[in-house]
Amino acid sequence: MVTGEVGPPKGVAIQEMLESAKLYKGRVIAVNVTDQQSAVMRLGSLAVCHLLRDMEIEPIFQVTCRDRNRIAVQSDLLSAYVLGIENVLCLTGDYVTLGDHPQAKPVFDLDSVSLLQAAVQLQQGKDLAGKELDGIPKFFLGATVTPGANPLEPQIIKMEKKVKAGAQFFQTQAVYEPKKFEEFMGAVKHLNVPVLAGIILLKSAGMARFMNKNVAGVHVPDDLIEEMEKTENRVDKSIEIAARLINELKGLCQGIHIMPIGWEKRVPAVLDAAEL
Amino acid sequence: MLISEQKPLEEILNYLDGEKNIFLIGCKGCAEGFQSGGEKQVLEMSSTLEEQGKSVVGFSLIDMVCNETLTRMKLKVHKRETEAADSILVLTCGIGVQTVAEVVNKVVHPGCNTLSSGGAHAEWKEAERCLECGDCVLEFTGGICPIARCSKHLLNGPCGGSQDGKCEVNADIPCAWQLIIERLTELGQLDRLEKLVPPKNWNVSLIAGLPVKR
Repeated sequence: MVTGEVGPPKGVAIQEMLESAKLYKGRVIAVNVTDQQSAVMRLGSLAVCHLLRDMEIEPIFQVTCRDRNRIAVQSDLLSAYVLGIENVLCLTGDYVTLGDHPQAKPVFDLDSVSLLQAAVQLQQGKDLAGKELDGIPKFFLGATVTPGANPLEPQIIKMEKKVKAGAQFFQTQAVYEPKKFEEFMGAVKHLNVPVLAGIILLKSAGMARFMNKNVAGVHVPDDLIEEMEKTENRVDKSIEIAARLINELKGLCQGIHIMPIGWEKRVPAVLDAAEL
Repeated sequence: MLISEQKPLEEILNYLDGEKNIFLIGCKGCAEGFQSGGEKQVLEMSSTLEEQGKSVVGFSLIDMVCNETLTRMKLKVHKRETEAADSILVLTCGIGVQTVAEVVNKVVHPGCNTLSSGGAHAEWKEAERCLECGDCVLEFTGGICPIARCSKHLLNGPCGGSQDGKCEVNADIPCAWQLIIERLTELGQLDRLEKLVPPKNWNVSLIAGLPVKR
């Protein structure tokens, strides 16, 4: 099981994104659409999910709690359903000061766990205030986890809560250390929930160092950084590393989630190299 | 004056479910002034709890529970009683609850909701401790406030931005949830985190105007 990802543009020029999305067709089971990734203001996830649906690509609507209170978020879930979007990935969201509008008022009325609960409650015909819905939506609910977090235990506690709240699948933060990931999978085996290991294509050694410094729970080991540094062809090397990771990870979990972050066009080559 | 009011008795009794021996703390400062946790309320609470089949193993009235040094000193005298207690019920503002949690290695229950700082700051100056949200959640978090201390006010555990015990917003900020988990681990109460905490009632923090007149 493989999922991909597209990031909506900052603006309304959607052609390139849709071209990228087309490359996923027939190669992945669904494509995530990020919700103002890294707290940077962009075209909305819901609109892009709708565009993917029109192209007969199964979208996964990413929803964060950063920008909407419980009224807006429930409404967006209903809106998604009427547009034929049922897969929802529930996230807390990066803090506003990490993005390009650091002056914005952060919302966080719900958190990832209560967002899952809200979606479940809607499916049961009631909103968070207990009021009956006229017409009941249905969702397939996902959540995220960071297998490389330090310490890991709090993440696992939260993952358990997400399962209890209604999460039916997990997509993880980027994984570069299969050994550590194996330990993580051992620790969450009892949850019996499908986990898709996250793959972020390494574009350069610099990017790897940047992530190590700035992205919580992501650790690219030195030997991978060195490989990227020494190579004469960054693209080929990146594809080779991604394919190698996929092959090491796919036996450990139920699927792979590829986050190309701008390198969507390389995804088919990665999947070819990984023989997926 | 920090303005607080006692939580509904039913909620307090829920907190104490499964516990027998309770130690009570009241405050001779603001909570006395607002009749939410002064001498009278502590004595009333004591007999109410006894009626409910609990055993009140002792109580302490402290002039300003938010004064960490004073509270530490006053509670030293009650060391044997607090050690014998299953938990401590604190009838003060949120800062007082957090002060007690800081100085005693015991489960601490908040007995009041804090509605406003009333234009005054409490004595514990180290960091902002209470946002006067009016619906105290310290019960679920080992006496460490996720509303005041987690950037995202999260109620169900740390976000993915927590790394090495620090907040994603700034590496100088400790992750409140890391502190909460460490404290609950210390108390052997980590299972408290299994509970799914529903969305918070913000309504009480949105009541317009200045400090509630009583």
